[in-house]
Amino acid sequence: MTRKNAMTRKKKKARSPDTSLATVVTLRLYVAGRAPNSVMAIANLQAICQQYLKGAYKLEIVDVCEQPRRALADGVLVTPSLAKVSPAPSSNIIGNLSDTGIVLAALGLNSAAAS
Amino acid sequence: MPARKSAAPPLTLSKAATGIAGFDLLSGGGLPQNRTSLVIGGPGTGKTVFALQTIVHAAREYDQPGIFVAFEESTDHLFTNAAPFGWRLSTMARHSLFFLDARLSPTVVRSGDFELSGMLAILEAKKQQIGARWIVFDGIDVMLALLHNSAAEMREIYRLRDWLAHSELTAIVTTKTDGDTSAVVNYGFMQFMVDCVIRLDRRLEEGIPVRRLEITKYRGSNFAPGEFPLSFGPHGMEVAAPQSSDVQHEASARRVSSGFAGLDGMLGGGLFRGSCTLITGAPGTSKTTLAGQFAESACVRGERTLFVSFDEGGERIVRNLTSVGIHLQAHVKSGLLRMYSGRTDEINPEEHLIRIESLLREHQPRCMVIDPLSAIAKIGALRSARAIGNRLIYTARALHLTTYITALVDGADPRAEATELQISTIADTWIHLSYVIHGGERNRALTIIKSRGTQHSNQVRELRLSAAGPKLTEVYSSGGEVLMGTLRWEKEAEERTRKLRQQAEFQHKRRDLQFAEADIAARMSALQLDLDRRRAELALYASDDQAQHVSSGEWQTQLRRLRGADTAATPASAHGKRRVARRKARPATNGDQAPR
Repeated sequence: MTRKNAMTRKKKKARSPDTSLATVVTLRLYVAGRAPNSVMAIANLQAICQQYLKGAYKLEIVDVCEQPRRALADGVLVTPSLAKVSPAPSSNIIGNLSDTGIVLAALGLNSAAAS
Repeated sequence: MPARKSAAPPLTLSKAATGIAGFDLLSGGGLPQNRTSLVIGGPGTGKTVFALQTIVHAAREYDQPGIFVAFEESTDHLFTNAAPFGWRLSTMARHSLFFLDARLSPTVVRSGDFELSGMLAILEAKKQQIGARWIVFDGIDVMLALLHNSAAEMREIYRLRDWLAHSELTAIVTTKTDGDTSAVVNYGFMQFMVDCVIRLDRRLEEGIPVRRLEITKYRGSNFAPGEFPLSFGPHGMEVAAPQSSDVQHEASARRVSSGFAGLDGMLGGGLFRGSCTLITGAPGTSKTTLAGQFAESACVRGERTLFVSFDEGGERIVRNLTSVGIHLQAHVKSGLLRMYSGRTDEINPEEHLIRIESLLREHQPRCMVIDPLSAIAKIGALRSARAIGNRLIYTARALHLTTYITALVDGADPRAEATELQISTIADTWIHLSYVIHGGERNRALTIIKSRGTQHSNQVRELRLSAAGPKLTEVYSSGGEVLMGTLRWEKEAEERTRKLRQQAEFQHKRRDLQFAEADIAARMSALQLDLDRRRAELALYASDDQAQHVSSGEWQTQLRRLRGADTAATPASAHGKRRVARRKARPATNGDQAPR
């Protein structure tokens, strides 16, 4: 819970200085409590966001254990699972996001990675 | 293994019925309740149907909601596949069943390791919401394969097991194999974590696809070992389980006519109601004729009858039987007689079985003919044919049908049948038809090999066909050989002349005797006359003698009187004589004096 709040705070903070970037990437990460892969996914995602999105992102973390109905409605089955909500095209990545190259490719951030 | 919260686990394992005909029998009641069962099998063996049918049954019959997690097929696909069985899953999905489409979208990218805990959290919530008692994980292998390493797979299997153990749901997990069980990832481990393992199999047996089901493990319970034929009927999956039937079914003491007075007589009054009669014979020994006659007599009694033919069309059979005086046409028209014909090479035997069983439900017959059952073995899948034969007989017995089953055997030896379909052991009555070739002729012979619970004739009879219907005739045995056909006719003619001759001889003899009798009688009367004559003569003689005596006495007295005085000449003698005479003749003297 605190983690989520911190995250929300962070993304709000991050948005203001970086309005120059054309698009804000909205991400949603589904985790299962303190399961090892979920913890790893959070850490990996935060690192990626900081490095490649430079604050131009919105991240919501949903704990499936606490909000199972929402996860069901969103079609989430395995955890951790990352959804790119916007901009289009949307994409889904499962796993602890340990392979940064795959994550960037799936998020359409290859160019960011190259620069 | 399951960490059950209840303090005292029940001594006997409780079981949850699957509603799959046959399976509940094999497993002694169904799947282990609140435990996990594993269903393994190759693609298209019916794993999904098994699981679906079970939860549909539970929801319908016991009002137990269930969750179906589909890793392999879309929910729509499932609904479509289940439609032929009449389950109407889409309707049930609104009330008692919850379907989770757990396929990962093909666009999903995988980066690093993941777990199933999120899904289990979702399922836990759903379980609470609908009060589920059952859960199915269909095609768990698809999900596990995404984990890319066996250590992770094992970890997730553990996770699943723990969750199931705490959930107290009755679970079915299905997973694919490619024939070889060792090919299943972590198969041994999965098998260990569950309480019951069911193996489904589909293979070609001499070109015919056959399906099988086998329970390979059932912790804490007995189960029927071995493989059992499996088929898909109009209401879902069916397993041909051997029913412990013989003792259950009351044996009837009531007799039913075989439609054949001669045969009824040989059987001591007819067939037992609800019994199964097997007729074996070489081609053309009129097995079908006997069966047709049985069917006709059943219809005449007003009993619904099902005639199953495996080698000819119904119309053809009706027509052919008309030529031997058996008229089925009217009964077919009236609806009393139902013909089912299916050539065995068109569809597989299991399919036939299912169609016949549904016909039995629909037509509700009291009598059934299967002609010939051996045709289902003809195509080669002997094992399944055997199982189907047994199944048919047990079904008929359970429904208390009086059944005629014909089977073709090659050669004269009826024992050939025993090695083929092995029905003879189950049948109550076994009639064998054969040809006897003798004197350049082929004639049909009928023998009753066995007939349970009844006195039956041990004699071989000749079966004769005519437009008036078949007839059984006594056969002559001559020098240890059975005589039939013209040989019998010859023998009969011979017998007739012999009889005539015998009769003539007898009459001749009788006349002789009559003559002798008359002769003796005549002689006897002649003798009698002679005797009478002689007797009369004798009587005459006797009376003369007496008269002589009397007259001689009188004569002397007369003489003495006439002589007068000369009585002293013989005083002693005269004295004595006088005394005697006086004593003897005194009354007579007195008497005599009167007429004198």
